Amino acid sequence: MGDTAVVAGQIFNGISVGSILLLAALGLVLSFGVMKVINMAHGEMLMVGGYLSYLTFHHAHGPLALPAAMLVSFVGATLLGAILDLTIIRHLYGRPLDTLIVTWGISLIFQQGARSLFGAIGVDVTAPQWLQNSISINHGLLAGVDLPYVRLFIIGVALVVLAVVALCIGRTRWGTMLRAVHQDREMAAALGVNTHLIDLAVFALGTGIAGLAGSVLALIAPVTPTVGQSYIVYAFLVVIVGGPGSLIGAALAALCVGLFSATAQIFTSVSLSDVFLLVAVILFIQFRPKGIVATHSRLLEDA
Amino acid sequence: MPKSGTVKIAFQLAILVAAGFAPFYLSSYNLSLLGRFLALCILALGIALIWGWGGMLSLGQGVFFGLGAYSLAMYLKLVGLGPGDLPDFMEWSGLSRLPWWWTVFRNPAVAIAGVIVVPAAAAAILAWLVFHRRVGGIYFALITQALALAFSTLLISEQAYTGGFNGLTDFGALLGFQLIDPKVQRGLFWVTLACLAVALFFLQWLVGTDFGKIVLAIRDGENRIRFLGYNPVPYKVVVFAIGGALAGISGALYMLHAGVISPAMVGVVPSIEMIVWVAVGGRESLVGAILGTLLVNFGKDWISSAIPSLWLFVIGLLFVIVVTVVPKGLSGLWGEPVRNWVAVKIFRISPIRHALVVTEPLNNIAVEKMTSAASDAPGPEHRERLDEA
Repeated sequence: MGDTAVVAGQIFNGISVGSILLLAALGLVLSFGVMKVINMAHGEMLMVGGYLSYLTFHHAHGPLALPAAMLVSFVGATLLGAILDLTIIRHLYGRPLDTLIVTWGISLIFQQGARSLFGAIGVDVTAPQWLQNSISINHGLLAGVDLPYVRLFIIGVALVVLAVVALCIGRTRWGTMLRAVHQDREMAAALGVNTHLIDLAVFALGTGIAGLAGSVLALIAPVTPTVGQSYIVYAFLVVIVGGPGSLIGAALAALCVGLFSATAQIFTSVSLSDVFLLVAVILFIQFRPKGIVATHSRLLEDA
Repeated sequence: MPKSGTVKIAFQLAILVAAGFAPFYLSSYNLSLLGRFLALCILALGIALIWGWGGMLSLGQGVFFGLGAYSLAMYLKLVGLGPGDLPDFMEWSGLSRLPWWWTVFRNPAVAIAGVIVVPAAAAAILAWLVFHRRVGGIYFALITQALALAFSTLLISEQAYTGGFNGLTDFGALLGFQLIDPKVQRGLFWVTLACLAVALFFLQWLVGTDFGKIVLAIRDGENRIRFLGYNPVPYKVVVFAIGGALAGISGALYMLHAGVISPAMVGVVPSIEMIVWVAVGGRESLVGAILGTLLVNFGKDWISSAIPSLWLFVIGLLFVIVVTVVPKGLSGLWGEPVRNWVAVKIFRISPIRHALVVTEPLNNIAVEKMTSAASDAPGPEHRERLDEA
């Protein structure tokens, strides 16, 4: 396998990791941008999605099992997010650091719950037959590069979700109201937008997408009680780099983070690439403290 | 009020003396637990300073705890080794020479200074990098958490240099004292208690100085402080460095009591557990931070020895309940509501008289309410003009 092929393979890995990060970070970006809420239990929504997907595959077979699992994960995580927002998040409005701590407490409860229900060792989901092949390149410069269908499928899902969310925000009436709340909450409320309902929708949609991410992630990695935690820190780095409340920023940042750690792994170990990633993010905010896509605002007190 | 201040200090000294006699009435198991937890209290004081007074939430205090602990532990691994010898784990990993940054810690003075200087410097650099670009508090919390993750994975993966997942243990003698000797353990308890007392009195003094007031003002209105001509960045950096140094001291003492330091004590989860101690005790109270730390840790010891799987549920619920219901922690509970209730119901002081005399008339909330009410209502000039019209 030539050097070019190694690099190309890692770039492909980077893009596929980036697309999972994008799915995981999308909800965070939305809820942080609109509600100024940092949801530390977001990773656990991913985990819940994974387990729901596992349960669905346990009961359903055939070609429709995968779409069914994705749907179940999405709906389940959405409902869970809605319950969380109604019972807890809502009461902490305007106290971002406190929400951070409370949601962390929730995440610990979820993790221990999963451990009690499913055991500390992960459960496996077998990808359907049609996703188990891969495209192998045998000739030319890129000989030896392997493109598994599963990873291509995940990239596709991430792109579709991004497009749907962008359309919802950019083209629908709900999206307009959401943007209004994002720009000026009090003004939007004064004009008759039900901000509580928008918050609920944003939060539940965000957790739903995380659940969806969990269900597709289950195809390539075992679902464990701590699977959420291993993704959440990177998802937060994506939010920092991308800038809150910007979809394009999030997409670019997820791609950057995924590519950065994948290419760093060519030269160093996995753990050192983590350290380099953090250093890179800290250096990055020296130049663009508000992320790749800074939302321009004349407000002095910004998050 | 000098009188209540004297009472307070006398009370604290009395508790200190009572704790000082603990080696004579506690079993050696409980004494060892108390020693460890008192060491952790020093770190909690640091969190109370940077979070309660400075308004900066750090989810990576475990990193500074670890830096302090590893600094001293490296010395303890090297002590008693010949010039060409290597610590056991390095030999297992096939290293032939001691790395240069290990040799520095052969000197006990360097190692003990390192306990304070290394974490303080790391904290100062991080805080400066984040705050001089006016990056917000939430980003700071997330970055410190990423730091905790990176630090613990680094420790685990670089096994040849750090002892990996097992950490550093099986130590030599500290300045000639064997750590397993019961007498040395007792001495260590007193050293820990003394360090905690010094840290507490230092911070109580610090928050009363002009420096402390500006730190508090930055927490409540950073931009107003900028408009008044102060640069908040050095204040935040110094506060965070003090918190880092306290965490380092705490880590070194804890490591001496436990006889081991490993990545499991410095990662993301332990770092955030440290926040719970302070949240339970009350972030705006130094004594509260100590009490919260002791309470949560003894509770953890008790619960996890009885029903191990229950602990994460309990701590998760603690997070949720404490922050939503009593954001000021237990010490906040012992604030005005309880004192009012005691005064009115037990001492039969009439509520109005009590409100006028006993409670502080201008606390933060009152000022906030007054100012918001004033800005809502039309001002006097405006009202006059309305009258004319």
